[in-house]
Amino acid sequence: MDELILKLKQEVIEQLNLEDITPDDINPDLPLFGEGLGLDSIDALELIVLLEKNYGIKIEDPKDGKKIFHSIRSMAEYITEHKK
Amino acid sequence: MAGAMPPSFIRNNKMERSITSYSLLHDNKVIVNGRIIFYQENIIKFADFLKTVFKQEQLAYPKFYKMDTLSKLGFLAAELVLKEKSIEGYRPEAVGVVLSNSSSSLDTDVAHNETIRDRASYFPSPSVFVYTLPNIVIGEVCIKNKIKGENAFLISETFNGRLLCEYVNELFNNERVEACLCGWVEVMGNSCQAMVALVEKLAPGPDGINGSFKPLLFNEQNLNLLMKHN
Amino acid sequence: MKPVYILTDNLITSLGFTTSEHTFALERGVIGVKSTNDPELYPTPVQLSKVNTEQLELKFAEVLQQVKNRAPAASFTRLEKMFIVSVHEALKGSNVAPSNPRTLLVISTTKGNINLLEDRNKALFSHKRLYLWELGKVIRNFFEFENQPVIISNACISGIVALMTASRLVQSGAYDHAVVTGGDIATEFVISGFQSFQALSPNPCKPFDLNRTGLSLGEGCGTIVISKYPDPAATSQVIIAGASTSNDANHISGPSRTGEELSGAIQDALKQGGLNAGDISYISAHGTATSFNDEMESKAFELSGLAHVPVNSFKGYWGHTLGAAGIVESVAAISSLRNNILYYSAGFETLGVTAPLNVISENRPANLSACIKTASGFGGCNAAILYQKQ
Repeated sequence: MDELILKLKQEVIEQLNLEDITPDDINPDLPLFGEGLGLDSIDALELIVLLEKNYGIKIEDPKDGKKIFHSIRSMAEYITEHKK
Repeated sequence: MAGAMPPSFIRNNKMERSITSYSLLHDNKVIVNGRIIFYQENIIKFADFLKTVFKQEQLAYPKFYKMDTLSKLGFLAAELVLKEKSIEGYRPEAVGVVLSNSSSSLDTDVAHNETIRDRASYFPSPSVFVYTLPNIVIGEVCIKNKIKGENAFLISETFNGRLLCEYVNELFNNERVEACLCGWVEVMGNSCQAMVALVEKLAPGPDGINGSFKPLLFNEQNLNLLMKHN
Repeated sequence: MKPVYILTDNLITSLGFTTSEHTFALERGVIGVKSTNDPELYPTPVQLSKVNTEQLELKFAEVLQQVKNRAPAASFTRLEKMFIVSVHEALKGSNVAPSNPRTLLVISTTKGNINLLEDRNKALFSHKRLYLWELGKVIRNFFEFENQPVIISNACISGIVALMTASRLVQSGAYDHAVVTGGDIATEFVISGFQSFQALSPNPCKPFDLNRTGLSLGEGCGTIVISKYPDPAATSQVIIAGASTSNDANHISGPSRTGEELSGAIQDALKQGGLNAGDISYISAHGTATSFNDEMESKAFELSGLAHVPVNSFKGYWGHTLGAAGIVESVAAISSLRNNILYYSAGFETLGVTAPLNVISENRPANLSACIKTASGFGGCNAAILYQKQ
């Protein structure tokens, strides 16, 4: 799990162009949206692309995104459960 | 390095519309109100050049890194203009932005097209697609500076100073704006050029308003001179 | 303010190739948005409103026959053919000459010939054709316009910005007449992009409806010929009485949460025309049927004192025609105004926005005197234009 969390942090930083932010800056349990990283609605859509591209997981209902992308840990858990 | 103004610029001495601040970015050089503020001999990647200038000017704005090259270029050019001459005194609705270029968003269009060329690896990216419109750079400038007035993006093969001047003058004549950012922001491949000018209904003081820089008369001739001045 | 008169117009969408074919279809409630399974356009079926290709080729061949010394049809792209047929049709009914140095050509488009980026089209046309000014040259040269065209590319408000720019340049005296044309085609480029935004509706779009699930894309072209001189033959004149744009300064893809900025543009247009909200008898809304756009627009209309005014969106009929939308929908709105008919807002059943709106639920005759047409787009841009019947 820790390995996946680190990998996800790196992928999120790269995919969302989070300049000057290192994996250590991201607490895997804190919310990704709202305060902190300053992510917006386009970033949320971009995370859906990331899951599909890097893990082959397709989110059919965008409303599910809110729970899945709550934090790096919730993303990691979802991937572990759904990865083919 | 001298950044002296060519002598042919027409100075503004009457109560007319003036260019009260301007910036020029061309491949490896940045000029603001006649001063060269950045120069780098060899530019390998244009995006890196924009990033270096952004950092040098200490413009803290994390969203900058998410922008495509055209938006980075226009955003940076506008920030350099407004750093010299603030528009904070105006109502948000009284400030306009009118920009133009030749290639529209073609540089980013190519990037989006790459994501859909292969049906076996088909991952269009919303953060790329959103920049496949030339006027997104206007949106970025408006968001950063709380500008809510008239906006338009015009396309022409080469810089059309006459049209830009006519367009902006109409905005002033019809009392649509009290201040207006206007210019040219062009990115294609590894080359770029930006000229952004702030136009205000302002009579310049005897020494100009920014120390040594004296406002220029806002007309077609001066816009064309700025485009050639590098 | 000096009035700018609307002389003639043309409209090309899935519903036809002339304005009258559109009023005929609107009166019968024909919906042009259909599930389209074209693997060359998108890997899976999508809701689209497509211009009929065979008919377009026929119309274009007819236009070619009427002009001398023209290049073969194959040397024009699909979009260029749409533009040329539309401008040709609109010019036919007016006495405005492209060769007149007092005539201006204004073109609006978001993506132009963007389908030429696709591998299968690359060999057919020169790379230069991707540039919007080259598209402008093709149209200019075909009709031998004396002046270099003005080209506007400002997302989904492009069409209104083009009409606004043309009317200001006629008002200022820089030109006497303007031919304002806007067009965009359905491409994989655009479909895939909107799909990545999860903005496309699985069913034909339902603007302002409770069960709306996103937009439907369409392709089309509209042309409006304007002049400082009224049409001597017309029984009633429609003028452009005001127009304005604004920016949300909020987000590059999400619309304003308050609608204040679109409302600002509407109120500016009213002020220019010397009219009050009470003078407006009809609103042709942008109405994309995305959750946020329609919500924002309803708030903007309420803020402008227009909540009671009958409103529709034409996107339920022929989808979102992007850079053409402002002109395409203006042609339909002007036709409403001239014929005193309010058209049903296709797809609408139950109001699904928080602010009150008077969405038109069936075709009906009405005495119409003035109309506001709005648009909003990526980059936070809003536009409003005011049409008035004299």
